[in-house]
Amino acid sequence: MFETTTLNEQNRTVEKLWRTLLLVMTLLLILPVLVILAVLVYKGGPVLSLDFLLTEPTNGMTAGGILPALIGTVWLVSVALLASVPIGVAAALYLSEYAPENWLTRALNLAIINLAGVPSIVHALFGVGAFVLFFRFGTSILAASLTLAVMTLPVVIVATKESLQAVPQAFREACWNMGATRWQTIRKIVLPNSISGILTGVILEVSRTAGETAPIMFTGAAFFLPFLPQGVFDQTMAMSLHLFVVSTQVPDVPEALPYGVALVLIAMVLAMNATSIAFRTYLRGRKKW
Amino acid sequence: MKEQRINEAPAIVTESLNLWYGTFQALFDIDLEVSRNKVTAMIGPSGCGKTTLLRSVNRINERLGYVRTTGSIEVLGHDIYEPEVDLVQVRKQVGMVFQRPNPLPLSIRDNVLFGHRTHRERGVKVSRQDEDEIVEKALREVLLWDTVRDRLAGAATELALEEQQKLCIARLLPVKPAVLLMDEPCSALDPNGTEAVEELIWDLRGDYTILIVTHNMAQARRASDECVFMLLGKLVEHTRTDKMFVAPKHQETADYIEGRYG
Ligand SMILES: Nc1ncnc2c1ncn2[C@@H]1O[C@H](COP(=O)(O)OP(=O)(O)O)[C@@H](O)[C@H]1O
Ligand SMILES: [Mg+2]
Repeated sequence: MFETTTLNEQNRTVEKLWRTLLLVMTLLLILPVLVILAVLVYKGGPVLSLDFLLTEPTNGMTAGGILPALIGTVWLVSVALLASVPIGVAAALYLSEYAPENWLTRALNLAIINLAGVPSIVHALFGVGAFVLFFRFGTSILAASLTLAVMTLPVVIVATKESLQAVPQAFREACWNMGATRWQTIRKIVLPNSISGILTGVILEVSRTAGETAPIMFTGAAFFLPFLPQGVFDQTMAMSLHLFVVSTQVPDVPEALPYGVALVLIAMVLAMNATSIAFRTYLRGRKKW
Repeated sequence: MKEQRINEAPAIVTESLNLWYGTFQALFDIDLEVSRNKVTAMIGPSGCGKTTLLRSVNRINERLGYVRTTGSIEVLGHDIYEPEVDLVQVRKQVGMVFQRPNPLPLSIRDNVLFGHRTHRERGVKVSRQDEDEIVEKALREVLLWDTVRDRLAGAATELALEEQQKLCIARLLPVKPAVLLMDEPCSALDPNGTEAVEELIWDLRGDYTILIVTHNMAQARRASDECVFMLLGKLVEHTRTDKMFVAPKHQETADYIEGRYG
């Protein structure tokens, strides 16, 4: 009575087809990433050395290392983080914990989603107008980092909201029912149980901006500065812009050099991602509910 | 004489209480008097408004922006819908226990102290010793002390469900509430856990006014002094539990008790 019927078999064939098709699509998806990495390692690997990381570019940027760009990117991302974390977390806290369900909240959420879709070159122009000119920061790390911060705010808010919403509603209800105010609830229960997730999520999002070129190009990043930035009002070199410059703007660059710069840039971003993902996994494992 | 009358006054009085979720009316003209320091059970089929009524008594419903209430609810002789009423004070007097035990992701000790710390005056220092006493007293009251005395620093969320539910009751006690609202507090527990928590509720009777929603007829019968039967948002019958189960006044009550509803 339990023998296979033709219908069973047909279904099984269709099932297999779909399964294979979907698998192939998935493999196709990661193929470009693998190819990029392979090419970068193959072509850029040979220029990598401690000297490459720790010296300045020389000979009109056709030789030497990338130290000022490396340090510059660290500056840019760090200052951007410092600016976007408090603002983004505050906004997310409001939207997730306080905002009533009304038209203003809906409008805010819609605005945030749409802001995430604004092209980075538009953010760049906004940065020039707002930070470089209006606030008179000049072209500086500060102006460039704030531009990056504004650009990442929407994703920072979304990531933070996700972490906050991962704290079970039952905990909030329990607190409110014991007479705790919203803020007491946030401070004693919601934040302690989401702050690690928030920070890792935010670091993940903001570190992606290490690769952005447009927003920093007019606001604070320089083609070539043979010294390291001393503070947030200095201009700086940056990895992304440096890559653009050595690939397209400077004649007679050895072929391996841009690949080497790209490899270091990708390695930086991957390292930050990996750290925050590892951190997150570790904290997830420790969660108590 | 006067003193005695106050003590006999009902703990909760609702007068023509109506409640709407948006345009949907969930409660119709509820007139209910809950006797002080007794256990009152609320029974009725799913969706008849038991939870809604319960949540109106500590005003947790209005957190949903679309809830509208008319009529009045008095707790301990004071209308809790008066404009000058502070919700924090209401919730101090009226504690709530939920269907699913929801201890906070803190230690057992911090769970018990949470409410107390929340209501503590700013700047008032309470010594560790006093806190220890508070914790012990509350945990003893819910018959949990002997089980957890050696692991007060352990995570509350790792306790067995039944113990979690007892802890959720214990954490209400240090602020000395007058009323405990319980929404099907045993429905997530196994029969042993249910029995243990029922026993505890019966034990707390006399010190607290307890209003408990239950789906479990046997539980209502065993563990309550008075019983309220609701149907479709209306209060159908409210009498002493022994009377209700022996000689219900209304046909609907009889039908429900005998299991002829879902
Ligand atoms: N938050 C809500 N929004 C809209 N309708 C609700 C909400 N909560 C309950 N209701 C409705 O109100 C009625 C009573 O629900 P409830 O008080 O939960 O009943 P019970 O606890 O007796 O099962 C039900 O019809 C339910 O669908
Ligand atoms: Mg219910």
